[in-house]
Amino acid sequence: MDWGTLQAVLGGVNKHSTSIGKIWLTVLFIFRIMILVVAAERVWGDEQQDFVCNTLQPGCKNVCYDHFFPISHIRLWALQLIFVSTPALLVAMHVAYKRHERRRRFRNGEKIDIEELKNEKIHIRGPLWWTYASSIFFRIVFEAVFMYVFYYMYDGYQMPRLVKCSDWPCPNIVDCFVSRPTEKTTFTIFMLAVSGICMMLNLAELCYLVIKVCMKEPRKTT
Amino acid sequence: MDWGALQTILGGVNKHSTSIGKIWLTVLFIFRIMILVVAAERVWGDEQDDFVCNTLQPGCKNVCYDHFFPISHIRLWALQLIFVSTPALLVAMHVAYKRHERRRRFRNGEKIDIEELKNEKIHIRGPLWWTYASSIFFRIVFEAVFMYVFYYMYDGYQMPRLMKCSDWPCPNTVDCFVSRPTEKTVFTIFMIAVSSICILLNVAELCYLLTKFFLRRSKKAGNSKQQPNHENKEETKQNEMNELISDSCQNTVIGFSS
Repeated sequence: MDWGTLQAVLGGVNKHSTSIGKIWLTVLFIFRIMILVVAAERVWGDEQQDFVCNTLQPGCKNVCYDHFFPISHIRLWALQLIFVSTPALLVAMHVAYKRHERRRRFRNGEKIDIEELKNEKIHIRGPLWWTYASSIFFRIVFEAVFMYVFYYMYDGYQMPRLVKCSDWPCPNIVDCFVSRPTEKTTFTIFMLAVSGICMMLNLAELCYLVIKVCMKEPRKTT
Repeated sequence: MDWGALQTILGGVNKHSTSIGKIWLTVLFIFRIMILVVAAERVWGDEQDDFVCNTLQPGCKNVCYDHFFPISHIRLWALQLIFVSTPALLVAMHVAYKRHERRRRFRNGEKIDIEELKNEKIHIRGPLWWTYASSIFFRIVFEAVFMYVFYYMYDGYQMPRLMKCSDWPCPNTVDCFVSRPTEKTVFTIFMIAVSSICILLNVAELCYLLTKFFLRRSKKAGNSKQQPNHENKEETKQNEMNELISDSCQNTVIGFSS
C-alpha cells in the first residue's frame, strides 16, 4: 500500500470529476506526490544523520533535533497529501451508491443492456452536487490547515543553517547545524507554491459548480 | 507477500460487506496501512541507530534499547493490522462455500448459465450472518487487545525523550536518549485515534446487522400470520431463482473490488 495504490484509487474518481478537477488531480500526482517521492525524500533522508551539534555531550543532538523538528517536513507533506486526497473518496462512494440504485431500479422496472449501464456517465446534480462541493470545500480546508501548521511549527518557510539549543543535557548553549538548508528551503517553497496553485484550482472548481447551479435555476424557472 | 497482496485478498471480501464494512476497509487501507508504509516506517527507521546512551561501556546501549523497546511500535502495528484483517477471510471462505453449494444444487436440478451464477450477490442471511457477525466481533476484540498491549508495554502512549537505564553492564544509572520522540508520539496518537475510529465503525456495523436481523424476524412473523406455509416456500424459491437470473450487479467501490 503506497502512493501507487492511492493513484489507482483516485484514478477511478477522475472519471466523475469536472475538467478543473482533472487538472487538480494531475497537479497533485505530478507536482506533489512525484516530487515528494523522487526528490524531497532524498533531500530529507539524512536530516538526522547530518544534523551536527558542536558538543561531545551524548544525547544533546537527539534532544536538539527533536526540539527543532517535532514532525519532519516529509511526514507533514505525506499527511497533507493523504488528507487532501481523501474527500474525493466521498464522491466515489456516492457515485457507486447512485449507480447501484439506478441498476436496482431498472432491474425492477425495465430491462436495460448491462453494457450501457456500465459505461453511463453520472452527472453532477442533486445530492451528488452537494457531496462534490463538500469534498472540494474540505480539500481547501485541509490545504489551508496544513499550510498554517507548517508556518506555525517552523516559524516561516525558511530552513535556517544554524539553530541554538539549550535543552538538557546540552551544556549552556550549543550551536547545531542543519543538513542541506538551502535545498530544503527551495523544496519547501516549491511545495508551498504548488499547494497554493491547488487551492486556487479548488476555489475555481467550487465557483464553476456554483455558477453551473445558478445558471440552471433561471432556465428552470423561465 | 506484502501489504499489496493483503489488499488484493481483502478487496475481494469488499464485495460482500455492508456499506459500513466498506468504509472500514477504506479507513484501514488509507489511514493505517498507507500511513504505516509511507510515514511511520521512516520515523522508526533509525530507532536503534540514533538511540544514544551517555556511556562508553560496550553493550550498555544494546541492553538498554532491548529493555525499553521489547517489541517495536512498527512491528506491533503490522501484527495488529494483520490480525484485524484476517477475520474477513472467514467471511470470504463462507461465501465461496455458499456459492459452490448453490452451483452444485442448480447443476443437479436445473441448467443455469454459469456467467449469471458467477455474478450473483450473496445476501447476509442465515449461517453467513453468524459468520459475518463473528468476524466483526473478533475484529473488535483484536483491536482492543492490541491497544491495551501498547498501553501496557510502553506505560501510556507518549514517547519519553530520556530513559534512565541501570541494567548490567551499564555502570550505575545511565541516561539514554530516544530518537525523534515527539514525531513518534504524534504518530502513536494518530494510529490510536484511527484504531478507535475503526472500533466504532465495527460496533456500528454490528448494531446495523442486529437491527436488520430483528427487523427481518418481525417481518417474517407478520407474513407467516397472513399466508399458509407451503405457499411461502414456493414464493421464496421462485424469488431466489429470479434473483439468480436477473441479478448481475456488482458493488464497485473503486480500487478495492477484484
